[in-house]
Amino acid sequence: MSNVTKADTGASQNPVAFFLTAGCESFAESLRKSVLASLWFIFLTFPIMVIKVDTINKTIDWRWMNMAYIGIGTFVLSFVWRWALARKELTKEESTRENISEKMLDRISSNSYAKYGFLALFAAAAVVFPHAVGMYQTNIMISCLIYIVLGLGLNMVVGIAGLLHLGYVAFYAVGAYSYALLNMHYGIGFWTALPIGALFGVVFAVLLGLPVLRLRGDYLAIVTLGFGEIVRLVLENWGDVTMGPSGISGIDRPGFFGVKFGVMDSITYAYYIMLGLLIFTIFVINRLQNSRLGRALLALREDEIASQAMGIDRTKAKLLAFALGSCWAGLAGVVFAAKTTFINPASFTFWESAIVLSVVVIGGMGSIRGVIAGAVILVLMPEYLRAFSEFRMLVFGATMVLVMVFRPQGLISAKRKIYTYVKGKSATNE
Amino acid sequence: MSNPVLQVNDISMDFGGIRALDEIQLDVRQGEIAALIGPNGAGKTTFFNCITGIYTPTTGDVLVSPEGGAAKRINGMKPNLVTELGMARTFQNIRLFPSMTVLENVMIGTHCRTRSGLWGAVTRNRATRKEEADTIEKSFHLLELMNLEQYSNELACNLPYGKQRRLEIARALATGPFLLLLDEPAAGMNPQETMALKELVLDIRERFNISILLIEHDMKMVMSTSDRVFVLEYGRLIAHGTPKEVSENPAVIKAYLGEDEDV
Ligand SMILES: Nc1ncnc2c1ncn2[C@@H]1O[C@H](COP(=O)(O)OP(=O)(O)O)[C@@H](O)[C@H]1O
Ligand SMILES: [Mg+2]
Repeated sequence: MSNVTKADTGASQNPVAFFLTAGCESFAESLRKSVLASLWFIFLTFPIMVIKVDTINKTIDWRWMNMAYIGIGTFVLSFVWRWALARKELTKEESTRENISEKMLDRISSNSYAKYGFLALFAAAAVVFPHAVGMYQTNIMISCLIYIVLGLGLNMVVGIAGLLHLGYVAFYAVGAYSYALLNMHYGIGFWTALPIGALFGVVFAVLLGLPVLRLRGDYLAIVTLGFGEIVRLVLENWGDVTMGPSGISGIDRPGFFGVKFGVMDSITYAYYIMLGLLIFTIFVINRLQNSRLGRALLALREDEIASQAMGIDRTKAKLLAFALGSCWAGLAGVVFAAKTTFINPASFTFWESAIVLSVVVIGGMGSIRGVIAGAVILVLMPEYLRAFSEFRMLVFGATMVLVMVFRPQGLISAKRKIYTYVKGKSATNE
Repeated sequence: MSNPVLQVNDISMDFGGIRALDEIQLDVRQGEIAALIGPNGAGKTTFFNCITGIYTPTTGDVLVSPEGGAAKRINGMKPNLVTELGMARTFQNIRLFPSMTVLENVMIGTHCRTRSGLWGAVTRNRATRKEEADTIEKSFHLLELMNLEQYSNELACNLPYGKQRRLEIARALATGPFLLLLDEPAAGMNPQETMALKELVLDIRERFNISILLIEHDMKMVMSTSDRVFVLEYGRLIAHGTPKEVSENPAVIKAYLGEDEDV
């Protein structure tokens, strides 16, 4: 009896016992496949890793140790990979699929005491951050905040309304260029340009959206991708207006009632502006998510035909999602232009759209906390991986693949609001 | 005799060279339960799609007159406007919003009867809070009626099949229709669930004072709930009348009921 329980509990820790109990792929089978994988890799890498031609002495170096390293390394990696996959298969059947961090988040948010304590701690950390670390770190954190806001905006389009949008960065560019040009030609300040940038984002979104939003899925993705590229090409080639590839420099940093800051102070100031913008964004999206319109957008993602049959105007709902998303891209664009004081079309390539989309997908579609986590990981990781120099993009890519294989729903998946109903009056809690 | 709330005049529907519906004439009167029956592929679902705006019929007129008012032609109207006018439907292959909760599914149904917009959502002003509270209350009541209130906060995709069908009815009722269109509501239900559904359909008509057009294969249910029955075969209307008349019609027996010993 005790033997049985011991084997059961040991299963999840000990890979061998785990394979024996998992039943989806036997231990021997995994071993065989891992050996095959390592042999295949040895064969593939043989010419570059083992053979070395010494052209001066006209001899060949046989570096057999490299072969051993590759064989063993591939074998171990392949085996661990199979073990993790088998584990994932097994845990899928259990209802408790959530990982530990998610459970902790739930526990924190269900206990209002802990929730506000946690929030206060977070807020305090966010406020002292620029004073505690240097200018370099603050700058990185500003980019991270910009990506969070972009992610939350795109989340409205992709995560909530389910429209695959690959040209999001075009609206970011619209925001940035509207401030840069207005500032250059008319000396318009940051705070005036902020709503104008958002408005231009919305106008462009409606202009693009009206003809394009009747397309679905892949078609919409391709058209938005094309739009993103068109905007970038126009910025590059319409030199008279946009100054072409050389960009616009000397854009004013954000002012504060006429006070001029030094470089260091103005970065700190930009950080606080971005923090405020982020809080505003979270506030609005949080309220929107559980409102009549938020539910309509979600319904549109879930089932387009059914949502129409329930009285939702498809065109209006899609335009709304598109316009709201672009509004935040415009806002973020204005802050970006003011922070860097220099913009050119190279800042608005497809790569940026792809990163923002990855932030949404990896973080968790439709989840505010997920998007924040996604942006923090995807933006900060490449920065702090600079020590690994040329390997950093490899690590970055590997992380994305791993997340998608093991948590396809994203790091933190969206939770639906819980409603309670008391006869006579209705009360809700989250 | 009361006015028909739905009057369909000779509608046809062509898909390329295929004529899925051929000059169908059908009407539903106020407070009536009408059934549309016929073998698989006869065009019943296509008929629903034509009158709810998902397809635009090739020829013919679809006229509705809510509360006996002036008739309005709705061919080619967008589905959401048809729903707003007061015709709500369910789907043969259940189309719930799977990763929203049961209650939220019903709340979506109230979309076309509520007004709060972006400004209201962000400021949560008094009108919005009131509307939201009303929506929640109405949705809970509908779930109670369907015996689903204990699942309110479950995800819709986690409900068993029969309950998903009832949830679809609750969602359709939340749109405040004068005519409810049910596409095979008993499909996939066991006999007890079908019995309960029969009672439910009769109860809905009384309680909400609405008309119902029902597509159904379960003959017991059709015969015991319907006032009139329309029979489709290969896209043509081959008979209509009271359940008794239809079940005695030789053409119907040949086409459809002949296979069914129960009737
Ligand atoms: N969108 C469509 N395109 C082409 N043919 C269709 C389409 N929708 C339905 N049909 C055809 O119309 C006929 C009737 O289908 P349907 O209305 O689903 O039958 P029922 O609901 O009575 O079982 C079928 O032959 C089907 O293939
Ligand atoms: Mg059908």
